[in-house]
Amino acid sequence: MASMRTGAQIIWEALVREGVSTVFGYPGGAILPAYDALLEYPIRHVLVRHEQGATHMADGYARASGEVGVAVATSGPGATNMVTGIATAMLDSSPLLCITGQVGSKLIGSDAFQETDVTGVTLPITKHNYLVSHVDEIAPVIHEAMYVARSGRPGPVLVDITKDAQQGSTEGDWDPQDVKLPGYRPDLRASDAEYRRAADLLNSAKRPIIFAGHGVLLSGAMTQVRELAERADIPIAMTLLGIGGVPAEHPLNMGMMGMHGEAWVNAAIQEADLLLALGMRFDDRVTGNVRTYAPNARKIHIDIDPAEFNKNVKVDVALAGDLSAVLDDLAPLVEAGDRAAWLATINDMKGDVSVRDIQNLPDSGHLYAAHVINDIWRMTDGRAIVVTDVGQHQMWEAQYYHHRDPRTLITSGGLGTMGFALPAAIGAKLARPDAEVWVVAGDGGFQMTMAELATIAQEKIKINVAIINNGYLGMVRQWQEFFYERRYAATPLLSPDFAKLAECFGLGGATVKTRREVEPTVERARADERTVVIDFQVEQEDTVYPMVPAGADLHNMIRRPSPAPIVETADDE
Amino acid sequence: MTSSQRHTFVVYVEDKPGVLNRVASLFRRRAFNIESLTVGHAEIPGASRMTIVVRTDAIGARRLEANLYKLVNVLRVHDITTGPTIFRELAMIKVAATAETRTHVMQLVDVFRARVVDVAPDSVVIETTGTEDKIDGLLEVLRPYGIIELVRTGRVGMTRGARSVMIDPEERPEPYAANRAADEAEADDPNVSYSV
Repeated sequence: MASMRTGAQIIWEALVREGVSTVFGYPGGAILPAYDALLEYPIRHVLVRHEQGATHMADGYARASGEVGVAVATSGPGATNMVTGIATAMLDSSPLLCITGQVGSKLIGSDAFQETDVTGVTLPITKHNYLVSHVDEIAPVIHEAMYVARSGRPGPVLVDITKDAQQGSTEGDWDPQDVKLPGYRPDLRASDAEYRRAADLLNSAKRPIIFAGHGVLLSGAMTQVRELAERADIPIAMTLLGIGGVPAEHPLNMGMMGMHGEAWVNAAIQEADLLLALGMRFDDRVTGNVRTYAPNARKIHIDIDPAEFNKNVKVDVALAGDLSAVLDDLAPLVEAGDRAAWLATINDMKGDVSVRDIQNLPDSGHLYAAHVINDIWRMTDGRAIVVTDVGQHQMWEAQYYHHRDPRTLITSGGLGTMGFALPAAIGAKLARPDAEVWVVAGDGGFQMTMAELATIAQEKIKINVAIINNGYLGMVRQWQEFFYERRYAATPLLSPDFAKLAECFGLGGATVKTRREVEPTVERARADERTVVIDFQVEQEDTVYPMVPAGADLHNMIRRPSPAPIVETADDE
Repeated sequence: MTSSQRHTFVVYVEDKPGVLNRVASLFRRRAFNIESLTVGHAEIPGASRMTIVVRTDAIGARRLEANLYKLVNVLRVHDITTGPTIFRELAMIKVAATAETRTHVMQLVDVFRARVVDVAPDSVVIETTGTEDKIDGLLEVLRPYGIIELVRTGRVGMTRGARSVMIDPEERPEPYAANRAADEAEADDPNVSYSV
């Protein structure tokens, strides 16, 4: 029974058939036909304040739920505002569908009002993109786009739909399952011989480490990774985006690796004789100097994307495929092991961490970011979804919030997008309405997208925001301190009164300057039914330790000066 | 590290708008330098066939192959650098040829089994097909007469024997092939860049 539908109606119909219930967007001329039809469909549309926010929200939605996040914008500036969010999702393999309006097909190429070559602009930062200029193509392209976005290595897909395609009508119906992509096969499998080689290397290793990356979460392989580690007695190190894949409290979980990873984790990597890398890509923030990286280790790399093999680090065996499926096949070949000697060696490297632990210092009146994050972790039992921005607070969060569950740390890892946290948290909250969601952002990044506070107010969203306010673009300041002779060019930062700002939007606001105020303020924020923005005014020139300078050897870390980490500043109260 | 050499890829793509741009953009994005790229129809309706020549090492070639496969519109990638393969290029060369020199030019054309396709009072246009080396050789001997204009198509290639490169796409040979790269690094023979 064919009924006439307009292209605009087909857009929403196709999304509903894909199970989409929430989209993030901003209307405009070239997407107006679609918006006109929106009212007829059971879709919650979140009106953002900037299209970058829409993409980060869709990204946060995707990372919290595992479903494809959907963002909508108009042509030209609407679409180009999405670029940062799309690139963020691309580098972190987050499934996104971006729908943009385009000028009428007869106007394409004429530099018409609000015309931009959006498929051209986004070509290198999307997994795939489409220009749709006929109404009959809309449904199949949207289903294809959703399939491409979520399958294989997930990523952002953009569909640019001309205004006349939205306005056109067609009788045809369609089957959402009918996706024809002859060249696209995300399902790969290595040969049995490769599995055998991998298992042999693993079984004969005396000092192996499992690397748990984002792929563990994306593939849903958390249990398999843990079981493999337990049976073979192998310690686990996590990448930033791998956090949550293995519970922080698991005895084999050593913690985060890389530039601001735990010192003993990096030391262990340099001593290891085998690395089993699961769903990670040996980013330069993880390896440091690749020439001196893990010099004694054979490397087994398991990833769904074969283009990652031998890209940054040369590996001995590479197994392509969905991690969960690969581990199903690999695990039976792996022998149970006892690697107590290796674990004891790592434990020796770790030493007594309480000596350096900032939490154990007496309260000298100074407020440290680490205190704030550690208190939030304790009070939320490590179960909150924490969405971080980019910079020092992001690394402190990774160090001091001990995540227990997958998809509870949402952060821009690969692209390092400041301004990500607030909008991504909105998306995360809408994906997981029952979860407690915290934003941890710096005073710099928060100001990049703080207009989305209005979205929070309009949509009546309850999250909490912890601004780690140190009056600097802190991570850049830290680099200036270490590598540019403390010449603080353009890093001191003036901020508004964030508490008052929140109140202007009808939200809750609070300011915290001392350590003893942290707990009661966090408690009040959690109890408040409004979103509460807490301005934590922390030590200004605190530094993230340890640190592997960019390009330096992984074992040459700058350590926190022990025992007293206090840096006095001139304007201390 | 393994040594850099010319790799020739045969790439089947869906014949859709923008696909050439996607392939070219990939090379730029991943900092590979294309020496030549040709594209035209293939034996399968709806598919185009590209021959791409790029200078890289064995590991780079495998990564390039994997990256090409990530493009949704790419159907098949085959590195035909080694193995029994025929490479050809077509060139048209406009050479200055006066009444006195024309005979000499024509003799050279005969020696190289090229063809004269246009004769004007002061010039001839020569068409030739062959390996890059053969065309280079012809150009070398024609240069003293004065080359007015030159166009070369870039390399096209085909494997010898009955088998098609575009086998059933389900039969991709180990597309990730990271494990192959190390073995091939040894086998790479820079002399086997063409066979006549």
